Amino acid sequence: MELKGKKVIALGERDSVPGEAIAEVARSAGAEVIEIRTECFV
Amino acid sequence: MDPENQALIKRIVEERGGDDIVVMLGAADAEAVGVAAETVRDGDPAWVGPLAGVQLGLPVLHVFEDEVKRQADASVYESQIGFFEMTLDVDEVKEAMKRARGDA
Repeated sequence: MELKGKKVIALGERDSVPGEAIAEVARSAGAEVIEIRTECFV
Repeated sequence: MDPENQALIKRIVEERGGDDIVVMLGAADAEAVGVAAETVRDGDPAWVGPLAGVQLGLPVLHVFEDEVKRQADASVYESQIGFFEMTLDVDEVKEAMKRARGDA
């Protein structure tokens, strides 16, 4: 799947990869990040 | 996937349509990854959240997958994800994503 031009919802997790890190990666691939969340299961 | 995120995704699709939307995950637990992928495609398998019975059919990728890594800027990927690649079970997550998509 080509990420360039896609709208990404970044769903991270506090105990693994946070949403902001996912968003940075998605942006670097040419995607638009439309929402960032980091779930916490504690 | 927690009900808040289900509600968020449902609202986004209702407002903007599902075209060109991709959900990208960062969870490290294989079961959580599988459930999240199933939830945004076929609906909440536990039938408790806002996506119960709602088939959005959204594509899902995990940030650990080669498909993502290949397209990302290498230095950004290394700085943002490199640490997690070393400390979390990347292969288990990749397998969980394949199973969730029916590729494995």
